[in-house]
Amino acid sequence: MTPTIEATGLRKRFGRTVALDGLDLVAEPGQVLAVLGPNGAGKTTFVRTVATLLRPDAGELAVAGHDVRREPGAVRRVIGLAGQYAAVEPAMTGRENLHLVARLFGQDGRTARASSARVLDLLGLTGAADRLARTYSGGMRRKLDLGASLVGAPRLLLLDEPTTGLDPRSRIELWDAIGALVAAGTDVLLTTQYLDEADHLASRIVIIDHGRVVAAGTPGELKQRAGRNVIEVHTRDRAALARAAAGLAGPGQDQPQVEEATRRVRVAVAAGTDPLRDALGALDAAGIAVEDISLRPPTLDEVFLALTGQGLEQPTETAAGHPAA
Amino acid sequence: MASIPAPVPVPAGRSAGLAASTVGIARRGLLKFLRTPQLVVVGTIQSALFLLIFRYVFGGAIGAGGLDYVDFLVPGFITTGLLFAGMGAAAGVAEDLEQGFVDRLRSLPIPRSAVLAGRAMADTALLVWSLAITSAVGFAVGFRLHGGLADALAAFGLLLVFGFAFEWMFITLGLFAGTPQAAQGLALMVFPLTFVSSAYVPVESMPGWMQAFAEHQPVTVMVDAVRVLTQGPAAEALLGHGAGFYVTRALAWSAAILAVFVPLAVARYRRG
Repeated sequence: MTPTIEATGLRKRFGRTVALDGLDLVAEPGQVLAVLGPNGAGKTTFVRTVATLLRPDAGELAVAGHDVRREPGAVRRVIGLAGQYAAVEPAMTGRENLHLVARLFGQDGRTARASSARVLDLLGLTGAADRLARTYSGGMRRKLDLGASLVGAPRLLLLDEPTTGLDPRSRIELWDAIGALVAAGTDVLLTTQYLDEADHLASRIVIIDHGRVVAAGTPGELKQRAGRNVIEVHTRDRAALARAAAGLAGPGQDQPQVEEATRRVRVAVAAGTDPLRDALGALDAAGIAVEDISLRPPTLDEVFLALTGQGLEQPTETAAGHPAA
Repeated sequence: MASIPAPVPVPAGRSAGLAASTVGIARRGLLKFLRTPQLVVVGTIQSALFLLIFRYVFGGAIGAGGLDYVDFLVPGFITTGLLFAGMGAAAGVAEDLEQGFVDRLRSLPIPRSAVLAGRAMADTALLVWSLAITSAVGFAVGFRLHGGLADALAAFGLLLVFGFAFEWMFITLGLFAGTPQAAQGLALMVFPLTFVSSAYVPVESMPGWMQAFAEHQPVTVMVDAVRVLTQGPAAEALLGHGAGFYVTRALAWSAAILAVFVPLAVARYRRG
Protein backbone atom coordinates (compact mmCIF):
# COMPACT_ATOMS: atom_id res chain seq x y z
CA MET A 1 0.00 0.00 0.00
CA THR A 2 1.23 3.50 -0.77
CA PRO A 3 2.43 5.20 2.39
CA THR A 4 0.44 8.23 3.46
CA ILE A 5 3.64 10.18 3.87
CA GLU A 6 7.08 9.22 2.71
CA ALA A 7 9.94 11.60 3.45
CA THR A 8 13.52 10.82 2.51
CA GLY A 9 16.45 13.03 3.42
CA LEU A 10 14.21 16.07 3.69
CA ARG A 11 16.05 19.35 4.12
CA LYS A 12 14.85 22.89 4.63
CA ARG A 13 16.71 25.90 5.89
CA PHE A 14 15.72 29.47 6.60
CA GLY A 15 18.76 31.64 6.19
CA ARG A 16 21.28 30.07 8.54
CA THR A 17 18.74 28.15 10.58
CA VAL A 18 18.46 24.51 9.59
CA ALA A 19 14.86 23.50 10.23
CA LEU A 20 14.91 20.06 8.60
CA ASP A 21 18.24 18.29 8.44
CA GLY A 22 17.78 15.12 6.45
CA LEU A 23 14.49 13.95 7.92
CA ASP A 24 13.40 10.40 7.06
CA LEU A 25 9.90 9.34 7.92
CA VAL A 26 7.21 6.98 6.67
CA ALA A 27 3.57 7.06 7.75
CA GLU A 28 1.47 4.05 6.77
CA PRO A 29 -2.25 4.26 6.06
CA GLY A 30 -4.48 3.75 9.06
CA GLN A 31 -2.10 5.45 11.42
CA VAL A 32 -2.16 8.41 13.71
CA LEU A 33 1.42 9.58 13.61
CA ALA A 34 2.57 12.03 16.24
CA VAL A 35 5.66 14.09 15.59
CA LEU A 36 6.95 14.99 18.99
CA GLY A 37 9.73 17.37 19.79
CA PRO A 38 10.72 20.53 21.61
CA ASN A 39 10.18 24.03 20.26
CA GLY A 40 12.30 24.61 17.19
CA ALA A 41 12.77 20.91 16.47
CA GLY A 42 11.30 21.32 12.97
CA LYS A 43 7.79 20.00 13.59
CA THR A 44 5.91 22.91 12.09
CA THR A 45 8.30 23.15 9.15
CA PHE A 46 7.65 19.50 8.43
CA VAL A 47 3.86 19.88 8.53
CA ARG A 48 4.02 22.98 6.34
CA THR A 49 6.14 21.07 3.86
CA VAL A 50 3.65 18.20 3.78
CA ALA A 51 0.87 20.77 3.31
CA THR A 52 2.75 22.19 0.26
CA LEU A 53 3.08 25.55 2.00
CA LEU A 54 6.86 25.26 1.93
CA ARG A 55 9.09 23.72 -0.72
CA PRO A 56 11.81 21.47 0.60
CA ASP A 57 15.38 22.45 -0.35
CA ALA A 58 16.43 18.86 -0.85
CA GLY A 59 15.19 15.32 -0.36
CA GLU A 60 11.99 13.62 -1.41
CA LEU A 61 8.53 13.99 0.04
CA ALA A 62 5.45 12.21 -1.25
CA VAL A 63 1.95 12.44 0.19
CA ALA A 64 -0.32 9.54 -0.79
CA GLY A 65 2.15 8.85 -3.57
CA HIS A 66 2.15 12.43 -4.92
CA ASP A 67 5.39 14.36 -4.93
CA VAL A 68 4.88 17.66 -3.12
CA ARG A 69 6.97 19.59 -5.62
CA ARG A 70 5.72 18.09 -8.85
CA GLU A 71 2.05 17.53 -7.96
CA PRO A 72 1.14 20.01 -5.23
CA GLY A 73 -2.43 20.20 -6.53
CA ALA A 74 -2.93 16.46 -6.07
CA VAL A 75 -1.50 16.69 -2.56
CA ARG A 76 -3.86 19.53 -1.67
CA ARG A 77 -6.81 17.41 -2.73
CA VAL A 78 -6.04 14.73 -0.15
CA ILE A 79 -5.05 16.83 2.86
CA GLY A 80 -6.86 18.94 5.41
CA LEU A 81 -4.83 21.37 7.52
CA ALA A 82 -5.60 22.70 10.98
CA GLY A 83 -2.97 24.87 12.50
CA GLN A 84 -1.70 26.38 15.69
CA TYR A 85 -3.94 29.33 15.01
CA ALA A 86 -7.64 28.98 14.60
CA ALA A 87 -7.75 30.10 10.98
CA VAL A 88 -11.43 30.86 10.81
CA GLU A 89 -13.13 34.09 9.81
CA PRO A 90 -14.49 35.72 12.98
CA ALA A 91 -17.02 37.77 11.03
CA MET A 92 -18.67 34.68 9.56
CA THR A 93 -20.81 32.11 11.32
CA GLY A 94 -19.51 28.62 11.99
CA ARG A 95 -21.67 27.30 9.20
CA GLU A 96 -20.55 29.97 6.73
CA ASN A 97 -16.91 29.26 7.52
CA LEU A 98 -17.31 25.57 6.77
CA HIS A 99 -19.44 26.24 3.72
CA LEU A 100 -16.76 28.52 2.26
CA VAL A 101 -14.06 25.89 2.65
CA ALA A 102 -16.33 23.15 1.30
CA ARG A 103 -17.05 25.28 -1.78
CA LEU A 104 -13.35 25.91 -2.25
CA PHE A 105 -12.93 22.14 -2.22
CA GLY A 106 -15.10 22.17 -5.31
CA GLN A 107 -18.29 20.88 -3.71
CA ASP A 108 -21.52 22.16 -5.20
CA GLY A 109 -23.88 24.17 -3.00
CA ARG A 110 -25.98 21.23 -1.88
CA THR A 111 -23.01 18.99 -1.07
CA ALA A 112 -21.27 21.84 0.74
CA ARG A 113 -24.35 22.44 2.90
CA ALA A 114 -24.58 18.75 3.72
CA SER A 115 -20.93 18.31 4.59
CA SER A 116 -20.91 21.50 6.70
CA ALA A 117 -23.91 20.29 8.66
CA ARG A 118 -22.30 16.89 9.14
CA VAL A 119 -19.04 18.33 10.42
CA LEU A 120 -20.85 20.75 12.76
CA ASP A 121 -22.73 17.81 14.15
CA LEU A 122 -19.59 15.72 14.53
CA LEU A 123 -17.88 18.48 16.50
CA GLY A 124 -20.89 19.30 18.63
CA LEU A 125 -21.12 22.80 17.17
CA THR A 126 -24.60 22.55 15.68
CA GLY A 127 -26.10 24.68 18.46
CA ALA A 128 -23.63 27.50 17.74
CA ALA A 129 -23.57 26.99 13.98
CA ASP A 130 -25.35 30.21 13.12
CA ARG A 131 -23.49 32.46 15.51
CA LEU A 132 -20.57 34.54 14.31
CA ALA A 133 -17.29 32.80 15.07
CA ARG A 134 -16.10 35.91 16.89
CA THR A 135 -18.51 35.00 19.69
CA TYR A 136 -16.96 31.53 20.09
CA SER A 137 -14.70 30.51 22.95
CA GLY A 138 -11.10 29.57 22.17
CA GLY A 139 -11.93 25.89 22.28
CA MET A 140 -14.91 26.29 19.97
CA ARG A 141 -12.84 28.23 17.47
CA ARG A 142 -10.23 25.52 17.48
CA LYS A 143 -12.94 22.95 16.86
CA LEU A 144 -14.29 25.02 14.01
CA ASP A 145 -10.78 25.23 12.58
CA LEU A 146 -10.54 21.46 12.85
CA GLY A 147 -13.94 21.29 11.16
CA ALA A 148 -12.72 23.45 8.30
CA SER A 149 -9.95 20.94 7.69
CA LEU A 150 -12.56 18.16 7.60
CA VAL A 151 -15.30 19.40 5.28
CA GLY A 152 -13.25 18.37 2.27
CA ALA A 153 -13.23 14.79 3.64
CA PRO A 154 -9.41 14.60 3.50
CA ARG A 155 -7.57 11.31 3.52
CA LEU A 156 -4.88 12.85 5.64
CA LEU A 157 -5.51 15.34 8.38
CA LEU A 158 -2.58 17.56 9.36
CA LEU A 159 -2.84 18.92 12.88
CA ASP A 160 -0.11 21.31 13.90
CA GLU A 161 -0.14 21.57 17.68
CA PRO A 162 -3.92 21.37 17.74
CA THR A 163 -4.38 21.93 21.46
CA THR A 164 -1.66 24.49 22.20
CA GLY A 165 -3.07 27.14 24.49
CA LEU A 166 -6.37 25.43 25.18
CA ASP A 167 -7.80 24.93 28.63
CA PRO A 168 -7.80 21.31 29.88
CA ARG A 169 -11.47 20.72 29.22
CA SER A 170 -11.38 22.01 25.64
CA ARG A 171 -8.26 19.98 25.12
CA ILE A 172 -9.95 16.76 26.10
CA GLU A 173 -12.99 17.61 23.96
CA LEU A 174 -10.71 18.15 21.00
CA TRP A 175 -8.97 14.86 21.71
CA ASP A 176 -12.35 13.13 21.66
CA ALA A 177 -13.19 14.75 18.35
CA ILE A 178 -9.87 13.67 16.86
CA GLY A 179 -10.37 10.18 18.28
CA ALA A 180 -13.75 9.96 16.57
CA LEU A 181 -12.21 10.92 13.23
CA VAL A 182 -9.53 8.34 13.59
CA ALA A 183 -12.15 5.72 14.32
CA ALA A 184 -13.88 6.81 11.11
CA GLY A 185 -10.72 6.04 9.18
CA THR A 186 -8.97 9.37 8.64
CA ASP A 187 -5.18 9.25 8.77
CA VAL A 188 -3.67 11.89 10.99
CA LEU A 189 -0.29 13.57 11.21
CA LEU A 190 -0.13 15.42 14.48
CA THR A 191 2.61 17.56 15.95
CA THR A 192 2.78 18.23 19.61
CA GLN A 193 5.14 19.08 22.39
CA TYR A 194 2.85 17.45 24.88
CA LEU A 195 3.87 13.93 25.71
CA ASP A 196 0.52 12.92 27.06
CA GLU A 197 -1.11 14.11 23.85
CA ALA A 198 1.10 11.92 21.68
CA ASP A 199 0.63 9.03 24.08
CA HIS A 200 -3.12 9.51 24.08
CA LEU A 201 -3.77 9.96 20.37
CA ALA A 202 -0.99 8.37 18.38
CA SER A 203 -0.45 4.81 17.28
CA ARG A 204 3.08 5.74 16.29
CA ILE A 205 5.39 8.43 17.57
CA VAL A 206 8.36 9.98 15.83
CA ILE A 207 10.57 12.05 18.06
CA ILE A 208 12.47 14.75 16.23
CA ASP A 209 15.11 17.13 17.37
CA HIS A 210 17.14 19.64 15.34
CA GLY A 211 15.33 18.59 12.18
CA ARG A 212 16.12 14.89 12.37
CA VAL A 213 14.38 11.83 13.67
CA VAL A 214 15.97 10.68 16.90
CA ALA A 215 13.57 7.83 17.63
CA ALA A 216 10.42 6.24 16.26
CA GLY A 217 8.03 3.55 17.37
CA THR A 218 4.77 2.92 19.15
CA PRO A 219 4.40 4.67 22.49
CA GLY A 220 5.03 1.29 24.15
CA GLU A 221 8.14 0.55 22.06
CA LEU A 222 9.67 3.90 22.81
CA LYS A 223 9.18 3.39 26.50
CA GLN A 224 10.71 -0.06 26.10
CA ARG A 225 13.65 1.33 24.16
CA ALA A 226 14.45 3.76 26.90
CA GLY A 227 14.43 0.56 28.83
CA ARG A 228 14.17 0.87 32.48
CA ASN A 229 11.35 1.34 34.91
CA VAL A 230 11.38 4.19 37.36
CA ILE A 231 10.91 4.17 41.10
CA GLU A 232 9.56 7.41 42.44
CA VAL A 233 9.46 8.17 46.15
CA HIS A 234 7.51 10.99 47.74
CA THR A 235 8.93 11.73 51.20
CA ARG A 236 7.01 13.28 54.03
CA ASP A 237 9.83 15.65 55.02
CA ARG A 238 12.04 17.73 52.81
CA ALA A 239 14.95 17.02 55.13
CA ALA A 240 14.74 13.32 54.33
CA LEU A 241 15.26 13.80 50.58
CA ALA A 242 19.05 13.50 50.61
CA ARG A 243 18.95 10.36 52.75
CA ALA A 244 16.26 8.88 50.54
CA ALA A 245 18.43 9.51 47.50
CA ALA A 246 21.35 7.79 49.18
CA GLY A 247 19.13 4.82 50.04
CA LEU A 248 17.85 4.52 46.48
CA ALA A 249 21.34 4.55 45.02
CA GLY A 250 21.60 0.86 45.90
CA PRO A 251 18.68 -0.57 43.91
CA GLY A 252 19.00 2.19 41.28
CA GLN A 253 20.86 1.91 37.98
CA ASP A 254 21.80 5.56 37.75
CA GLN A 255 22.13 8.59 39.97
CA PRO A 256 18.85 9.26 41.84
CA GLN A 257 17.33 12.61 40.94
CA VAL A 258 15.92 14.84 43.65
CA GLU A 259 13.08 17.25 43.01
CA GLU A 260 12.96 19.54 46.02
CA ALA A 261 9.77 21.36 45.11
CA THR A 262 7.60 18.25 45.06
CA ARG A 263 9.63 16.29 47.65
CA ARG A 264 10.29 13.48 45.21
CA VAL A 265 13.25 11.27 44.43
CA ARG A 266 13.37 9.36 41.18
CA VAL A 267 15.69 6.63 40.00
CA ALA A 268 15.84 4.27 37.03
CA VAL A 269 15.79 0.59 37.94
CA ALA A 270 16.03 -2.81 36.25
CA ALA A 271 12.92 -4.66 35.13
CA GLY A 272 10.86 -6.67 37.60
CA THR A 273 9.63 -5.92 41.07
CA ASP A 274 12.80 -6.82 42.98
CA PRO A 275 14.16 -3.25 42.90
CA LEU A 276 10.96 -2.01 44.52
CA ARG A 277 11.37 -4.46 47.40
CA ASP A 278 15.02 -3.44 47.77
CA ALA A 279 14.09 0.23 47.71
CA LEU A 280 11.46 -0.23 50.40
CA GLY A 281 13.98 -2.09 52.51
CA ALA A 282 16.60 0.64 52.10
CA LEU A 283 14.16 3.41 52.97
CA ASP A 284 12.91 1.47 55.94
CA ALA A 285 16.44 0.83 57.20
CA ALA A 286 17.20 4.56 56.95
CA GLY A 287 14.02 5.34 58.90
CA ILE A 288 12.53 7.59 56.21
CA ALA A 289 8.84 8.42 56.36
CA VAL A 290 7.40 7.85 52.90
CA GLU A 291 4.22 9.54 51.65
CA ASP A 292 4.01 7.20 48.69
CA ILE A 293 6.22 5.16 46.41
CA SER A 294 5.63 3.94 42.90
CA LEU A 295 7.15 1.68 40.30
CA ARG A 296 6.19 2.79 36.81
CA PRO A 297 7.32 2.73 33.20
CA PRO A 298 9.20 5.86 32.13
CA THR A 299 7.21 8.85 30.86
CA LEU A 300 7.88 10.09 27.34
CA ASP A 301 9.77 12.98 28.86
CA GLU A 302 12.15 10.52 30.45
CA VAL A 303 12.28 8.60 27.18
CA PHE A 304 13.26 11.76 25.36
CA LEU A 305 15.92 12.43 27.94
CA ALA A 306 17.28 8.92 27.57
CA LEU A 307 17.27 9.04 23.76
CA THR A 308 18.62 12.53 23.17
CA GLY A 309 20.48 13.35 26.35
CA GLN A 310 18.26 16.34 26.99
CA GLY A 311 14.83 16.86 28.41
CA LEU A 312 11.91 18.30 26.52
CA GLU A 313 11.30 21.95 27.18
CA GLN A 314 8.17 22.04 29.23
CA PRO A 315 5.68 24.72 28.32
CA THR A 316 5.56 27.32 31.07
CA GLU A 317 1.92 28.29 30.78
CA THR A 318 0.31 26.15 33.45
CA ALA A 319 -2.99 27.78 32.54
CA ALA A 320 -2.95 25.54 29.50
CA GLY A 321 -3.08 22.61 31.86
CA HIS A 322 0.17 20.88 31.02
CA PRO A 323 2.19 20.58 34.18
CA ALA A 324 5.50 18.79 33.86
CA ALA A 325 4.84 15.14 33.14
CA MET B 1 -20.18 14.07 20.36
CA ALA B 2 -22.55 12.96 17.68
CA SER B 3 -22.32 9.83 15.61
CA ILE B 4 -19.59 9.35 13.07
CA PRO B 5 -20.55 10.81 9.73
CA ALA B 6 -20.66 8.73 6.63
CA PRO B 7 -17.76 9.71 4.39
CA VAL B 8 -18.70 12.55 2.09
CA PRO B 9 -18.93 11.31 -1.49
CA VAL B 10 -16.07 12.92 -3.32
CA PRO B 11 -15.98 13.39 -7.06
CA ALA B 12 -12.57 12.53 -8.46
CA GLY B 13 -10.19 15.34 -9.28
CA ARG B 14 -12.36 17.85 -7.46
CA SER B 15 -11.27 21.42 -6.98
CA ALA B 16 -12.88 24.78 -7.38
CA GLY B 17 -12.22 26.82 -10.49
CA LEU B 18 -10.61 30.25 -10.51
CA ALA B 19 -13.87 32.19 -10.79
CA ALA B 20 -15.69 30.25 -8.08
CA SER B 21 -12.77 30.44 -5.66
CA THR B 22 -12.21 34.13 -6.30
CA VAL B 23 -15.85 34.91 -5.66
CA GLY B 24 -15.90 32.80 -2.49
CA ILE B 25 -12.85 34.55 -1.10
CA ALA B 26 -14.15 37.98 -2.14
CA ARG B 27 -17.45 37.29 -0.43
CA ARG B 28 -15.65 36.59 2.80
CA GLY B 29 -13.80 39.92 2.51
CA LEU B 30 -17.07 41.79 2.02
CA LEU B 31 -18.82 40.04 4.89
CA LYS B 32 -15.90 40.87 7.15
CA PHE B 33 -16.31 44.54 6.28
CA LEU B 34 -20.09 44.67 6.50
CA ARG B 35 -20.20 42.80 9.80
CA THR B 36 -17.59 44.93 11.49
CA PRO B 37 -19.60 48.09 12.22
CA GLN B 38 -16.51 49.96 13.41
CA LEU B 39 -15.04 49.74 9.92
CA VAL B 40 -18.16 51.01 8.21
CA VAL B 41 -19.13 53.74 10.66
CA VAL B 42 -15.70 55.01 11.67
CA GLY B 43 -14.53 55.21 8.07
CA THR B 44 -17.58 57.17 7.04
CA ILE B 45 -17.48 59.60 9.96
CA GLN B 46 -13.76 60.10 9.51
CA SER B 47 -14.06 61.08 5.89
CA ALA B 48 -17.02 63.37 6.59
CA LEU B 49 -15.12 65.14 9.38
CA PHE B 50 -12.11 65.52 7.19
CA LEU B 51 -14.11 67.16 4.46
CA LEU B 52 -15.93 69.47 6.86
CA ILE B 53 -12.65 70.67 8.36
CA PHE B 54 -11.07 71.44 5.00
CA ARG B 55 -14.22 72.90 3.57
CA TYR B 56 -15.08 75.22 6.44
CA VAL B 57 -11.93 75.66 8.57
CA PHE B 58 -9.12 75.85 6.01
CA GLY B 59 -11.27 76.63 3.00
CA GLY B 60 -11.51 80.36 3.68
CA ALA B 61 -7.73 80.69 3.66
CA ILE B 62 -7.09 78.71 0.50
CA GLY B 63 -7.54 80.37 -2.88
CA ALA B 64 -8.38 78.18 -5.84
CA GLY B 65 -8.34 80.62 -8.71
CA GLY B 66 -11.44 80.52 -10.83
CA LEU B 67 -13.08 77.65 -8.96
CA ASP B 68 -15.14 77.70 -5.78
CA TYR B 69 -12.98 76.10 -3.12
CA VAL B 70 -15.58 73.39 -2.55
CA ASP B 71 -15.50 72.45 -6.23
CA PHE B 72 -11.71 72.48 -6.10
CA LEU B 73 -11.54 70.46 -2.88
CA VAL B 74 -14.09 67.71 -3.38
CA PRO B 75 -12.30 65.96 -6.29
CA GLY B 76 -9.15 65.95 -4.13
CA PHE B 77 -11.11 64.73 -1.16
CA ILE B 78 -12.72 61.91 -3.11
CA THR B 79 -9.41 60.78 -4.61
CA THR B 80 -7.48 60.79 -1.35
CA GLY B 81 -10.45 59.25 0.44
CA LEU B 82 -10.04 56.34 -1.94
CA LEU B 83 -6.44 55.85 -0.81
CA PHE B 84 -7.31 56.17 2.86
CA ALA B 85 -10.05 53.57 2.40
CA GLY B 86 -7.63 51.28 0.59
CA MET B 87 -4.98 51.47 3.32
CA GLY B 88 -6.90 48.94 5.40
CA ALA B 89 -6.03 46.25 2.88
CA ALA B 90 -2.38 46.26 3.97
CA ALA B 91 -3.21 45.44 7.58
CA GLY B 92 -5.93 43.04 6.45
CA VAL B 93 -3.55 41.03 4.29
CA ALA B 94 -0.90 40.95 7.02
CA GLU B 95 -3.52 39.79 9.52
CA ASP B 96 -4.68 36.98 7.24
CA LEU B 97 -1.07 35.85 6.90
CA GLU B 98 -0.33 36.08 10.60
CA GLN B 99 -3.47 34.28 11.71
CA GLY B 100 -3.11 31.35 9.36
CA PHE B 101 -6.05 32.16 7.12
CA VAL B 102 -3.79 32.39 4.10
CA ASP B 103 -2.18 29.06 5.04
CA ARG B 104 -5.60 27.47 5.10
CA LEU B 105 -6.39 28.84 1.64
CA ARG B 106 -3.00 27.86 0.27
CA SER B 107 -3.48 24.30 1.46
CA LEU B 108 -6.72 24.00 -0.52
CA PRO B 109 -6.92 22.72 -4.08
CA ILE B 110 -7.73 26.10 -5.60
CA PRO B 111 -5.75 28.23 -8.05
CA ARG B 112 -3.33 30.21 -5.92
CA SER B 113 -4.10 33.40 -7.81
CA ALA B 114 -7.67 33.21 -6.46
CA VAL B 115 -6.55 34.31 -3.00
CA LEU B 116 -5.10 37.63 -4.14
CA ALA B 117 -7.70 38.12 -6.84
CA GLY B 118 -10.49 37.56 -4.31
CA ARG B 119 -8.90 40.05 -1.97
CA ALA B 120 -8.55 42.68 -4.69
CA MET B 121 -12.11 42.08 -5.80
CA ALA B 122 -13.57 42.55 -2.31
CA ASP B 123 -11.43 45.60 -1.68
CA THR B 124 -12.46 47.16 -4.95
CA ALA B 125 -16.10 46.67 -3.99
CA LEU B 126 -15.32 48.52 -0.78
CA LEU B 127 -13.83 51.32 -2.84
CA VAL B 128 -17.14 51.70 -4.66
CA TRP B 129 -18.79 52.10 -1.29
CA SER B 130 -16.18 54.61 -0.16
CA LEU B 131 -16.53 56.56 -3.42
CA ALA B 132 -20.28 56.70 -3.02
CA ILE B 133 -20.00 57.97 0.56
CA THR B 134 -17.38 60.63 -0.13
CA SER B 135 -19.23 61.80 -3.24
CA ALA B 136 -22.47 62.07 -1.27
CA VAL B 137 -20.78 64.05 1.49
CA GLY B 138 -19.18 66.24 -1.16
CA PHE B 139 -22.51 67.06 -2.75
CA ALA B 140 -23.98 67.72 0.69
CA VAL B 141 -21.46 70.46 1.43
CA GLY B 142 -22.01 72.25 -1.87
CA PHE B 143 -20.01 70.46 -4.55
CA ARG B 144 -21.70 70.67 -7.97
CA LEU B 145 -21.03 69.25 -11.42
CA HIS B 146 -20.23 71.85 -14.06
CA GLY B 147 -19.56 69.35 -16.81
CA GLY B 148 -21.63 66.62 -18.42
CA LEU B 149 -22.99 63.59 -16.63
CA ALA B 150 -21.04 61.29 -18.95
CA ASP B 151 -17.83 63.01 -17.90
CA ALA B 152 -18.77 62.62 -14.25
CA LEU B 153 -19.35 58.90 -14.76
CA ALA B 154 -16.03 58.67 -16.56
CA ALA B 155 -14.43 60.28 -13.51
CA PHE B 156 -16.07 57.69 -11.29
CA GLY B 157 -14.76 54.87 -13.46
CA LEU B 158 -11.31 56.38 -13.62
CA LEU B 159 -11.24 56.68 -9.84
CA LEU B 160 -12.06 52.99 -9.55
CA VAL B 161 -9.22 52.03 -11.87
CA PHE B 162 -6.88 54.25 -9.88
CA GLY B 163 -8.11 52.85 -6.56
CA PHE B 164 -7.74 49.30 -7.86
CA ALA B 165 -4.12 50.01 -8.79
CA PHE B 166 -3.32 51.40 -5.35
CA GLU B 167 -5.12 48.44 -3.80
CA TRP B 168 -2.36 46.25 -5.19
CA MET B 169 0.24 48.48 -3.63
CA PHE B 170 -1.43 48.03 -0.25
CA ILE B 171 -1.76 44.27 -0.76
CA THR B 172 1.94 44.12 -1.55
CA LEU B 173 2.82 46.13 1.54
CA GLY B 174 0.68 43.79 3.62
CA LEU B 175 2.43 40.74 2.19
CA PHE B 176 5.88 42.11 2.96
CA ALA B 177 5.16 43.73 6.30
CA GLY B 178 5.18 40.71 8.59
CA THR B 179 2.70 42.05 11.15
CA PRO B 180 -0.54 44.02 10.82
CA GLN B 181 0.99 46.87 12.84
CA ALA B 182 3.96 47.12 10.52
CA ALA B 183 1.62 46.95 7.53
CA GLN B 184 -0.39 49.83 8.92
CA GLY B 185 2.81 51.81 9.40
CA LEU B 186 3.97 51.12 5.86
CA ALA B 187 0.59 52.10 4.48
CA LEU B 188 1.05 55.55 6.03
CA MET B 189 3.53 56.24 3.26
CA VAL B 190 0.55 57.37 1.17
CA PHE B 191 0.38 60.50 3.34
CA PRO B 192 3.10 62.38 1.43
CA LEU B 193 1.36 61.35 -1.78
CA THR B 194 -1.99 62.65 -0.63
CA PHE B 195 -0.83 65.91 1.01
CA VAL B 196 2.02 66.86 -1.33
CA SER B 197 -0.43 67.01 -4.20
CA SER B 198 -3.02 69.31 -5.64
CA ALA B 199 -5.73 67.56 -3.59
CA TYR B 200 -6.27 70.29 -1.01
CA VAL B 201 -4.27 73.29 -2.18
CA PRO B 202 -3.02 74.48 -5.57
CA VAL B 203 0.46 73.13 -6.30
CA GLU B 204 1.65 76.68 -7.11
CA SER B 205 1.37 77.57 -3.42
CA MET B 206 4.15 75.09 -2.51
CA PRO B 207 7.92 75.76 -2.52
CA GLY B 208 9.52 75.25 -5.92
CA TRP B 209 11.39 72.03 -5.13
CA MET B 210 8.23 70.49 -3.80
CA GLN B 211 6.19 71.55 -6.83
CA ALA B 212 8.37 69.40 -9.06
CA PHE B 213 7.22 66.33 -7.15
CA ALA B 214 3.67 67.47 -6.48
CA GLU B 215 3.02 68.39 -10.09
CA HIS B 216 3.76 64.99 -11.56
CA GLN B 217 2.92 62.44 -8.92
CA PRO B 218 -0.09 60.18 -9.50
CA VAL B 219 -2.47 61.72 -6.96
CA THR B 220 -2.21 65.19 -8.47
CA VAL B 221 -2.75 63.87 -11.96
CA MET B 222 -5.76 61.88 -10.82
CA VAL B 223 -7.29 64.73 -8.82
CA ASP B 224 -6.86 67.12 -11.73
CA ALA B 225 -8.47 64.60 -14.08
CA VAL B 226 -11.52 64.49 -11.81
CA ARG B 227 -11.55 68.29 -11.60
CA VAL B 228 -11.55 68.75 -15.33
CA LEU B 229 -14.16 66.03 -15.83
CA THR B 230 -16.51 67.44 -13.20
CA GLN B 231 -15.87 71.18 -13.51
CA GLY B 232 -15.42 71.59 -17.24
CA PRO B 233 -13.84 74.71 -18.75
CA ALA B 234 -13.29 76.56 -15.45
CA ALA B 235 -11.00 73.75 -14.26
CA GLU B 236 -9.27 73.54 -17.62
CA ALA B 237 -8.54 77.24 -17.44
CA LEU B 238 -7.21 76.90 -13.91
CA LEU B 239 -5.09 73.81 -14.47
CA GLY B 240 -3.92 74.56 -17.98
CA HIS B 241 -4.78 71.31 -19.76
CA GLY B 242 -7.82 69.49 -21.06
CA ALA B 243 -9.40 66.27 -19.78
CA GLY B 244 -7.45 64.07 -22.23
CA PHE B 245 -4.14 65.25 -20.82
CA TYR B 246 -4.99 64.28 -17.24
CA VAL B 247 -6.97 61.16 -18.03
CA THR B 248 -4.20 59.58 -20.10
CA ARG B 249 -1.66 60.40 -17.40
CA ALA B 250 -3.89 59.01 -14.65
CA LEU B 251 -4.36 55.82 -16.65
CA ALA B 252 -0.64 55.61 -17.34
CA TRP B 253 0.13 55.95 -13.65
CA SER B 254 -2.44 53.28 -12.79
CA ALA B 255 -0.94 50.93 -15.35
CA ALA B 256 2.56 51.61 -14.03
CA ILE B 257 1.51 50.97 -10.44
CA LEU B 258 -0.18 47.71 -11.45
CA ALA B 259 2.84 46.69 -13.51
CA VAL B 260 5.07 47.06 -10.46
CA PHE B 261 2.90 45.78 -7.64
CA VAL B 262 0.93 42.91 -9.16
CA PRO B 263 4.06 40.90 -10.04
CA LEU B 264 5.63 41.81 -6.69
CA ALA B 265 2.57 40.68 -4.77
CA VAL B 266 2.25 37.47 -6.75
CA ALA B 267 5.93 36.64 -6.37
CA ARG B 268 5.85 37.29 -2.63
CA TYR B 269 2.69 35.25 -2.26
CA ARG B 270 4.06 32.31 -4.19
CA ARG B 271 7.19 32.21 -2.11
CA GLY B 272 5.07 31.62 0.98
